[in-house]
Amino acid sequence: MNGYIYYPGCSLKGNSKHYEESILPVFREIDMQLDELEDWNCCGATAYFSVDAGKAAAICGRNLSLAENLNKDIIAPCAGCYLTLKKSNKFLAGGTEKAQKILRALDKAGCSYSGQVDVKHPLEVLVQDQRLDKIKARVERPLKGLRVACYYGCQLVRPFTDFDDPDYPVSLDRLMAAIGAEPVDFSGKTRCCGGSLTGTIEEVGLRLNYILLKEAKRKGADVISTICPLCQFNLEILQDKMVKKYKDNITMPILYFSQLIGLAMGLPKEDMGFSRSIIDLKPLWEKIG
Amino acid sequence: MEIQRKVKYEEELDRQFLGLVKELSGCEEIDRCIQCGTCSSSCPMSVYMDYPPRKIIAMIKNGFKEEALKSFTIWLCPSCYTCQVRCPANIKITDVMYALKRMAIGERVYPARFAIPVLDKEMSKIIASNGRNSELWLILNLYLKSRKPWGLLKMAPLGLKLMKTGRMSLKKESIKNKEQLRTLLKALKEEA
Repeated sequence: MNGYIYYPGCSLKGNSKHYEESILPVFREIDMQLDELEDWNCCGATAYFSVDAGKAAAICGRNLSLAENLNKDIIAPCAGCYLTLKKSNKFLAGGTEKAQKILRALDKAGCSYSGQVDVKHPLEVLVQDQRLDKIKARVERPLKGLRVACYYGCQLVRPFTDFDDPDYPVSLDRLMAAIGAEPVDFSGKTRCCGGSLTGTIEEVGLRLNYILLKEAKRKGADVISTICPLCQFNLEILQDKMVKKYKDNITMPILYFSQLIGLAMGLPKEDMGFSRSIIDLKPLWEKIG
Repeated sequence: MEIQRKVKYEEELDRQFLGLVKELSGCEEIDRCIQCGTCSSSCPMSVYMDYPPRKIIAMIKNGFKEEALKSFTIWLCPSCYTCQVRCPANIKITDVMYALKRMAIGERVYPARFAIPVLDKEMSKIIASNGRNSELWLILNLYLKSRKPWGLLKMAPLGLKLMKTGRMSLKKESIKNKEQLRTLLKALKEEA
């Protein structure tokens, strides 16, 4: 494949616009223009695979086919999209009878797919092929003294990822160190945030995210850096409720890794979606000036 | 007091269950489980489950179909794949949980009005008809179908914060080529 195409998914067009607003400029800074995949459809996330596996893989197949027609690999910043597209891609390549049926249906619908597309997460792309050096060279104002808890969550590192460890990944820590920040030893880095459980059983969502925030606080983090829209949302939106329920001030900004990279590159703050933070960022600005 | 038997006799078990789960999950390794409990101890949700993952696997092996399909466990699995990558017998536990969810939905035996299967079904419906999810409309459907609508009132302060930061839209999202999506899903039905 010749280069990458950007697959936003529903979150980057919805509650996590600030992820899109920061990831695209960061890629531009290292000379990678990411165009959006025309007429992409939703990946179906964990929901569709819980209801109908065939349809779930088929709708992902349509996205893969759209990218294949452009001769591009996919960059999916949402860990949910990343996993779902990767999982479907693998399933469609499996040669099973079920996979053949789906491929025939894709063909009939005018979106045939021959399995040429690779699905990547922006973190993976940014730490590979000497791009880390490129980022380092582009840093204008290193985030000196900023203690960052790097949170990978689950679906980026499990079960398919080959670029990092499923239990104790380090690529985001390396990236944060490259922009001058100080990654803390965050033992919760791949512990699940609960995904959609925050919206369905709030009590469970509260506890799972409290465990993560408490651990980040204990390690002296100023901010949690995330790579997934659902993780960002879950860690951020329930903080006021946690403060009340557990009588513990775990308040902390939850920012996308791309926002922090953009900041270090000296890109205009107002273009990186910081105003979309629900948590007050004043302590952060005081710390890094 | 009525005496209740807590175990099942052999003839009450479903001998087809294991084969069915293997087929639907694509995981042939289920009967290689050694009951070590790595899955249960790795699972961030097992403290909330009625049966931890280790027991669910044992139930599948031994034909406790009704108990497995009616459990809360399968819906509480958030697909974090920790158990799956750690299992020493290479059992794709998360994929097995997905297969059980689909069976429970197919046989309509999931806990009634329980928010998680409702969310899964509603989101799938929205995507099948429009090609794209619309976060606000999904949440509205979730509350209307699973709880009393007044639950939405509790969500209002959060909704306002998201509106204020431009993170929630009232727009119903859709792809342009809905015809292609319809053709695809229809063609898939004909293949089946």
